[in-house]
Amino acid sequence: MSDVLVKSVADKYAELIKQKENEDGSELSILNLGPTHPATHGIFQNVLLMDGERIVEAESTIGYIHRAFEKIAENRPFYQITPLTDRMNYCSSPINNMGWWMTVEKLLKIEVPQRAQYIRVIMMELARIADHLVCNSILAVDAGAFTGFLYVFQYREKIYEIYEELCGSRLTTNMGRIGGLERDLSDTGFRKLKAFLKEFPAAFKEFEDLVSRNRIFMDRCIDVGAISAEKAIAYGFTGPNLRAAGVDYDIRISNPYSSYQDFEFDIPVGKSGDTYDRYCVRNSEIWESVRIIQQAFDKMPKGPYHADVPDYYLPPKEEVYNNMEALIYHFKIVMGEIPVPKGEVYHSVEGGNGELGFYLISDGSRVPYRLHFRRPCFIYYQAFAEMVKGHLLSDAIVMLSSMNVIAGELDS
Amino acid sequence: MALANEIILQKIQEKFGESVKNFTEPYGLITFEVDKSKVIDLLQFMRDDETLRFNFLTTLCGVHYPDNEIESQFAVVYHMHNWMDNVRVRFKTYLNGENPEVESATNVFLTANWMERETYDFYGIIFKGHPDLRRILNMDEMVSFPMRREFPLEDGGRTDKDDRYFGRLPNNENLN
Amino acid sequence: MSNEIKMVEAPAGVAGEGFFATQIDQVVGLARSKSLWPLPFATSCCGIEFMATMAPHYDLARFGSERPSFSPRQADMLMVMGTIAKKMAPVLRQVYEQMAEPRWVISVGACACSGGIFDTYSVLQGIDKIIPVDVYVPGCPPRPEQILDGIMKLQELVKNEPMRRRNSPEYKALLASYGIIVN
Repeated sequence: MSDVLVKSVADKYAELIKQKENEDGSELSILNLGPTHPATHGIFQNVLLMDGERIVEAESTIGYIHRAFEKIAENRPFYQITPLTDRMNYCSSPINNMGWWMTVEKLLKIEVPQRAQYIRVIMMELARIADHLVCNSILAVDAGAFTGFLYVFQYREKIYEIYEELCGSRLTTNMGRIGGLERDLSDTGFRKLKAFLKEFPAAFKEFEDLVSRNRIFMDRCIDVGAISAEKAIAYGFTGPNLRAAGVDYDIRISNPYSSYQDFEFDIPVGKSGDTYDRYCVRNSEIWESVRIIQQAFDKMPKGPYHADVPDYYLPPKEEVYNNMEALIYHFKIVMGEIPVPKGEVYHSVEGGNGELGFYLISDGSRVPYRLHFRRPCFIYYQAFAEMVKGHLLSDAIVMLSSMNVIAGELDS
Repeated sequence: MALANEIILQKIQEKFGESVKNFTEPYGLITFEVDKSKVIDLLQFMRDDETLRFNFLTTLCGVHYPDNEIESQFAVVYHMHNWMDNVRVRFKTYLNGENPEVESATNVFLTANWMERETYDFYGIIFKGHPDLRRILNMDEMVSFPMRREFPLEDGGRTDKDDRYFGRLPNNENLN
Repeated sequence: MSNEIKMVEAPAGVAGEGFFATQIDQVVGLARSKSLWPLPFATSCCGIEFMATMAPHYDLARFGSERPSFSPRQADMLMVMGTIAKKMAPVLRQVYEQMAEPRWVISVGACACSGGIFDTYSVLQGIDKIIPVDVYVPGCPPRPEQILDGIMKLQELVKNEPMRRRNSPEYKALLASYGIIVN
């Protein structure tokens, strides 16, 4: 199939190739990059029209991992939709999970207790750190620096250990419940978090010292794949990629959710929107996330970790075995028979890559009538074909990794 | 919040009169319907008007309502966002069930390009004037539009599920 | 940490003054099993867990897979990690066909094994519909330990594989059942 596509593009450019050849004797060639190229981290196909090493035209093809999330969501009760959100941006699944729960809570008008909100904030910021760590360390790998990756991946394991304390799994977390969390963060969890906050800054500083001012890395990244703020907004950029272009748009500030207004943090912005700025913005965001986690950790309120909403929140197992009422609730929730009002809500959170939106249409039945995910990757990846024009082939690779396009989120 | 919802309503109604209707505010988000012929004018007006300044097209998606009248079986939903005053707005336009067509927004917002391709891929809604309206996520060979509600979710090729235990027959036929 | 170096166990054979005789099958099997070059065919979430498996904490290199081979022509072990959509299936098939014999396939994760939670119109319901699979690793995604276990299971298979297996009519029939013709 991929061959067929290359051919169709080749036909499209056949005339241009011929024309160029007649003009100045230059030989344009077609190069297929992907869908399984080691440097593309995920499966994207780009068919490039090359003039030597330079890219003249590019055409992106996506959909190689289309899993029909939106169609599945129309057939599953609300509880069974979190596993889908996990698998969207799998580098920062807790953010997706919480975003989905907050959408449902908005629809049901449920107030979440403060402790749960704070723990959610901690988890979301840990997820942001994990997401940015992957992006930046892999960017360094693509620019030829493997060591940084080995330095920071240790700490991603530590983040996963903290997730495990709260939800039992590492990557696809399925974390949280309607109205709060499935369990309180244990003492071990807090201990691990404390250790993380103590050790991580030193290690991350080491990574920054190693990579950020490295001459080769800077040469590879500066002025590569720059995008202006106007263009970025027109293309629907959000998140770190937009902020690198100098626009301080962050949903945590503009529409605070889950008590973000209680914390003090800055929005790092870049200037030129090039690869190096994207790298720097992500690095600074990691420091801001550490700050937020520290504040949430210090100010952690006492109290319940979930709202008192028996219609939606699964009762603890002991109660289910010993209490008739709890058994009924358990049965109803597990079968998805929860009372849901009719209505339409849109809720967005600041995901690892930008504005992650959930547009939910409920018709009052046990499944959503329609659930649309606003997936930031999908929206900004369309600019890639334009951004690579005129760059070298090797620059296209670092641009792609600095944009942090996650295939699962891209292809829904 | 500098820009009150009332001002937005007033501005839009002044400009578009009868073409916009059913203003509601579910969960604090202004929602209304617009006639399909006016969608692009509305997007342009909302973006360029000096008071409204809705500079960002957050998302665009399709919805299928097979139970509605034939004239309104499809909807395209637009979410816009004004970053200066931090206000969001949502509007829908209903399309004909047999011949869903609407003007493309790609000339107003570049970002609409892939969103419209996705909507076309899922629902078969034609965006007139789109530069490259092809399938984006599914295979080019596919003939049906998978997000239409009559299309089954499951793949027919799975053999480890015995359909009798799930209360259905192969190929998702009805039981009777 | 102990300083003891563990040597691999020698296959059964006859040892004497200055010589060691054994079956060539066993020597080749032993050598192959300790130097499986993986081709990571990572498509989604499981690929991220594979990254963790490669990273220092779990370190796949300990099992003789130091060098991930991104070209199918030099790879021994195709590791399919993540959902394979129907759009992707021909590409996977092509990659498999480009690999040289002997080749092994590990299917990592529920999606690659059976389609997983994505029982949908766009997802291939298990890669064994298009290529033969040697080891299945369940999990969504499997933990790095599970992936390592899968590789160790495969090493066992490789070690005990007769040298002539790839020429046998059974093997050819297996490939033919997938529509892959070898001459």
